[in-house]
Amino acid sequence: MAASAALALGLWQALVVLAGLPPFILPGPGRVAEELWISRALILEHAGITVAEVLIGLVLGAVLGGVSAIGLAASPAARRLIRPMMVFSQAIPVFALAPLLTLWLGYGLWSKIAMALLIIYFPVTSAFFDALMRTPQPMLDLGRVMGASPLRLMWHIRVPAALPGFASGLRLAAVYAPIGAIIGEWVGASKGLGYLMLLANGRSKIDLMFAALIVLAVFTLLLHMGVDRACRRWLDGRAVG
Amino acid sequence: MTATAPALIIDGSASIAGVPLFGPLRLEVAAGRITCLLGPSGVGKTTLLRLAAGLDAVTRLTGTIATSDGAPVEGRAALMAQGADLLPWRDVMGNVTLGARLRGDRPDIARARDIVARMGLTDHARKRPGALSGGQRQRVALARTLMEDRPIVLLDEPFSALDAGTRAEMQELGVRHLSGRTVLMVTHDPFEAARMGHAIMILTHTGLETVTPPAADIPRPVDDPETLAVQGRLLARLRVPA
Repeated sequence: MAASAALALGLWQALVVLAGLPPFILPGPGRVAEELWISRALILEHAGITVAEVLIGLVLGAVLGGVSAIGLAASPAARRLIRPMMVFSQAIPVFALAPLLTLWLGYGLWSKIAMALLIIYFPVTSAFFDALMRTPQPMLDLGRVMGASPLRLMWHIRVPAALPGFASGLRLAAVYAPIGAIIGEWVGASKGLGYLMLLANGRSKIDLMFAALIVLAVFTLLLHMGVDRACRRWLDGRAVG
Repeated sequence: MTATAPALIIDGSASIAGVPLFGPLRLEVAAGRITCLLGPSGVGKTTLLRLAAGLDAVTRLTGTIATSDGAPVEGRAALMAQGADLLPWRDVMGNVTLGARLRGDRPDIARARDIVARMGLTDHARKRPGALSGGQRQRVALARTLMEDRPIVLLDEPFSALDAGTRAEMQELGVRHLSGRTVLMVTHDPFEAARMGHAIMILTHTGLETVTPPAADIPRPVDDPETLAVQGRLLARLRVPA
């Protein structure tokens, strides 16, 4: 991984030098690193806002997605009524809704949280729901013969059996949620990394833009790793040997 | 077990989407006895068992599933299959006490511990199925079945995934602990039927054949000449295209 990063930085620097690109088109990695250090307080302040938006969006998305998936799996009527709506809603480009969300929820955190939530809701719900509908038949048979009520069957067998599916939904969500927050910030914000990037771009401070972008990418990577590790620990020791 | 186990009688014929599967036949699983059901694959042995368990929604049974005391089978049967139904996220005790939790009752932990001990699993009580061997997992499944304490027990090839030695051991354990219950055991292993069955039957497309079991008490020794002879006869019968 270190070698790969070194190669990427080398290619980047080579491109800048060989093509003779000026810093206001593409600054080299050294210059971006310098800017990252100089503007660290500014970047950190904006990063804090974006991190808060993403984390709140992620938690809400996980909870809402989880509850929706269980509701859909429990009720055939809900599946008939709500599932087509959910699938249709995926035909609407979520990005197109960003201006509306800003209109409805204002320039603050909530329009970005809502954007992150909208982006991750479907993958989380869908991954968990699919897993809930694929409970191994022998377990369902067992529950049936043991006289389980549908609710207890859900709680003691179907939900725990579907948690790996929920976890893969959450891993996807960890990557998607920052995209939602940034889109939200682009459309209308006065804080956050997305806002900072637009601002820097408008003032031709491309080195600052890259610095913010790198912080965002590192955060997304760490978030994905964190969620992945948490899911692994959570599901630890469940594999049937 | 408190109540006396009733006989289980399956009477009728089964079809899937109008295509006949088996029957008409009358299978009487004697009260408090182990009845082993053999048959070529695809003949509907497992379907028969699932019908008795009230599990099969696809197959249409024209006929009746009844008990000798007139009460319904539902709620009085326990099911034990190949072991793919152990919950991998629950430890041994959690799996053994599953039934009570599924019914919203408080599990009888002392009884569960006792059954786990009788299965020789005390040292593994806090392990999850993934950490157990195939034989140990089947002992967990047997413990869970015994914990249910039902007069009727339906076994669907419960030992088929085990190696020969472990399988023989499980057969003996099964006979010892299922004694007194009305047991219908579907198996594809003629030797298993010859060792464990008070009664042995073969299901074919045309009907049900009764085979005289060896005279010895179950579980019959693995080297009992008559048991081996019955095994041979059963195998020869199963290989004849029905």
